[in-house]
Amino acid sequence: MTATDPSPMKPVPLVTADTRAFWDACAEGALTFQRCAACGHVQFPPRPFCTECRAAGPGMERSAGLGTIHSFTIVHRAPTAAFKADTPYVLALVDFDEGFRLMVNLRGGPPSDARIGLRVRVLFEPLAGGGALPQVRPLVE
Amino acid sequence: MTPVISGAADTAVGRLDGSGCMALHAEAASAALADAGLRADEVDGVLCAYSLAEPHLMLSSVFNEYFGIAPSYSAAVQAGGATACALVMQAAALVRAGICRNVLAVCADNRLTGLGRNGAVAALAEVGHPQFERPYGMSIPAAYALVARRCMHERGVTAEHLAAISVTQRGHARRHPKAQARDPLTMEQALSARMIADPLRLFDCCLVSDGGAALVISAADAAADHTDRAVSILGYGQMNTHEHAFAMPSLTDFGCRQSAAQAFAMAGLTPADIDVAEIYDSFTITLLAELESIGFFPKGEAGPAILDGALELDGILPCNTHGGLLSYGHSGAAGGMFHIVEAVRQLRGEAEARQVAGAETAFVHGDGGILSAHCSLILGRA
Ligand SMILES: [Zn+2]
Repeated sequence: MTATDPSPMKPVPLVTADTRAFWDACAEGALTFQRCAACGHVQFPPRPFCTECRAAGPGMERSAGLGTIHSFTIVHRAPTAAFKADTPYVLALVDFDEGFRLMVNLRGGPPSDARIGLRVRVLFEPLAGGGALPQVRPLVE
Repeated sequence: MTPVISGAADTAVGRLDGSGCMALHAEAASAALADAGLRADEVDGVLCAYSLAEPHLMLSSVFNEYFGIAPSYSAAVQAGGATACALVMQAAALVRAGICRNVLAVCADNRLTGLGRNGAVAALAEVGHPQFERPYGMSIPAAYALVARRCMHERGVTAEHLAAISVTQRGHARRHPKAQARDPLTMEQALSARMIADPLRLFDCCLVSDGGAALVISAADAAADHTDRAVSILGYGQMNTHEHAFAMPSLTDFGCRQSAAQAFAMAGLTPADIDVAEIYDSFTITLLAELESIGFFPKGEAGPAILDGALELDGILPCNTHGGLLSYGHSGAAGGMFHIVEAVRQLRGEAEARQVAGAETAFVHGDGGILSAHCSLILGRA
């Protein structure tokens, strides 16, 4: 990239009041989710009520950070110029063991390593403006 | 009052250099009114969709002003690919309630010349969640590829099943003089095309187009004064299960199951009664997953049936007879409306070289988002 052709910025998470605690935890290296004290429902992303029983203020818990790939794709055509240099990259839906699902990129190996059922562990990638983005890598037992 | 579709029309589709979003709306609207035998001042309801190339908070008001009409009821609806079917459902409800006699439903966008292919891809990627999807480089094809991969895992869907859809629909498009993509397409070409989001290759993905389409939904007695080509609206239904890809309740079973069940119950019909189907095909996997969710084929059997020619004009379920979003064209909400316009033409016996012999019932389905919003219609020859 030259000075007249600045590297395009990837979209950073647009943090809201609902999600500030989640992103603050990510910055500290912790993946969190919500569990309703009234009915036990697990939910993601965070919001100020339970989507199952409507009780207020579901509690935030720390995930062990272990999950399983539910589905994945290897992206060859980037949505914007910001992701072009990353292609081909793995976009995956991961079911964490506590019962919530995240979209992430699979790191720590070639895209051809991706498969449904692969066990993965969370990792945190620093974001340009501070904070960290949760990602996953294959779990090596 | 029983609602009917009294008029249907579309503009040219593809790369329409110099086209404008509102001009395409007006061209489609004028043609649909002419088809219905109505004057513009006989329209008392207007429903519009949305535009990526020319976004506006109140697109129906912008259209009314541009077209020079002042309807007593007007609204814009945004439900992605489900919008066109949702407009018909809403128009039918307005007619049944006695609020409107003639509702003009119009959709158009000039996304290809107005945004360019890269601009359209980038604009559509913004439907991803701003915190939990967009930072990961999700694209719309990637989101549908997640569905495709899971369907391959659970249902035995293969790349050949998907390629057979694009090849079949290209064959249909080649019989439609207005279709955007009319070059021959073979299985070999489809299976070796460049990868977009594995397992979806180039021909698994819909086109980006300029174009518009419009319908007139009228009270049956109002239509009878102007046309003898009205089409019956036999049933409709909706289901909305989620918005974002990471929130999909299932990657293999979708809300089209419930929306179609409502429409079939209202019509008093079953999938076996349908003569022609026009089903949203933003990607090949969209159509395949919907065919199984709706119940046209048992789970795992749509792919092999398609390889056997089930969706051909003389197959057991002639489908997307104009070529669909994959080969006819896709200009936003108008893409879904092209399916409805084609169904109307099939039921009127006006589909020329692609006419399904004796078509008396048609099933039309639109889905928006990542198989998020669903609306189904069942239409019949009057
Ligand atoms: Zn609860």
